[in-house]
Amino acid sequence: MFWTVTLSLMKGMLTTFQLFALTLLFAIPLGLVVSFGSMSRFTPLRGVVKVFVWIIRGTPLMLQLLVVYYGPGLLFDWDLLPRFQAVLVAFVINYACYFSEIFRGGIQSISRGQYEAGEVLGMTRSQIFFKVTLLQVIKRIVPPMSNEIITLVKDTSLARIIAVYEIIWNGQKFIKSDGIIWPLFYTAVFYLLFNGVLTILFGLLEKKLDYFRV
Amino acid sequence: MAILEVKHICKRFDDTEVLKDISFSLEKGQVVSIIGSSGSGKTTLLRCLNFLEQPDGGTITVGGEVLFDGADPSAQKEKEIRRKRLHFGLVFQSFNLFPQYTALRNVMLAKELLAKQRPDYKKNKKQILSEIEEEARNLLTQMGLEDRMDNYPYQLSGGQCQRVAIARALALSPDILCFDEPTSALDPELTGEVLKVIKELAAKKTTMIIVTHEMAFARDVANQVIFMDDGYIVEQGDPVQVINNPREERTRQFLARFDQEN
Repeated sequence: MFWTVTLSLMKGMLTTFQLFALTLLFAIPLGLVVSFGSMSRFTPLRGVVKVFVWIIRGTPLMLQLLVVYYGPGLLFDWDLLPRFQAVLVAFVINYACYFSEIFRGGIQSISRGQYEAGEVLGMTRSQIFFKVTLLQVIKRIVPPMSNEIITLVKDTSLARIIAVYEIIWNGQKFIKSDGIIWPLFYTAVFYLLFNGVLTILFGLLEKKLDYFRV
Repeated sequence: MAILEVKHICKRFDDTEVLKDISFSLEKGQVVSIIGSSGSGKTTLLRCLNFLEQPDGGTITVGGEVLFDGADPSAQKEKEIRRKRLHFGLVFQSFNLFPQYTALRNVMLAKELLAKQRPDYKKNKKQILSEIEEEARNLLTQMGLEDRMDNYPYQLSGGQCQRVAIARALALSPDILCFDEPTSALDPELTGEVLKVIKELAAKKTTMIIVTHEMAFARDVANQVIFMDDGYIVEQGDPVQVINNPREERTRQFLARFDQEN
């Protein structure tokens, strides 16, 4: 039984991991775009972006999953998105908004003097961004990003609300089929291992950036 | 002919006029000190020269080339500004070194990036880079930092940081090197070591504009002193005359307050 459960949970973990990795892959660049929008000097754009971020951060992710999955069908009579894709879209939008606020904080924490020093040395704006500020921003945002990314691992469990078979769903099904509850608790081991690895990776990254101070 | 000619520069922020009709000129190899109380417009003037602010009127001419003309502000394209900026170097009050690079890399970075635009860069990359490195090492040695080249800014004292910043500005061989209160963030001991290297630069006939609150230094290092108050140049002339025997009442008040404080 233990092996049956473990195998089943590993299968669920695969879905969990896919959702996690794809969310990161899309949400980080999208978050950067959103953060630029929220810092735009063009007031209407900034306003729209801020309201959007407020809505996404101000409502439960679970609700957003349901809206993305059922919304288009209810409103426009469109076909439902495949379940996994619907979850992915909701996760990417949600996490992009959270990331964007972290990026904005990181970018705005760099002193004006760094930009001005680059300018008077004849650097272009993109040279200043890539050669001067980027690494300083990364160093500043590693701790909040690691927090957010570890939360993402656990948030993937919300996907089961629209029957995406991630790890919790795979643990829970044994209650009905075999009348045992321990597989559900066993899922915690998988989360702990995954987040343990992430914690170590972020620790290494922080250490790697420890050679300078901002 | 003067290397720098500043004529009728005006600058306002919203309703506040920060610079009102500023005119002065500077000969090659000479040093001008700008003194005056905080808020008198000294820093804004330096920032205008370095294109960190755009004046509302007036002209700035370097070596006969008009870099800025308030009557024709349309000529201020970003690429043009970048090129014109290189006539000036600026040393900041707060150093603004790049924290993720060593002292040596701080000095080399901008020159490396500029070298990439050279047509022969790809062909002679190795040689160009080693030349840049050697120049940077020479500059840092000149600043008395030969054993600090591989240190990161956080490992350096304020005075050492400021000397790295001076070397960084010199690396681009500007026509005119500007200092914005270079010692205001330093304690008296560190102030001394920074003033010493600026004096050495003056002895080598480096053209410099120095905004400072160190009155004795301003007098000793400069060929000319400008006293600014409320956006105007109140008095300018021979350093000993302006600082020891000011003609204007306002200058006297300012210097008297300084004498009391010290």
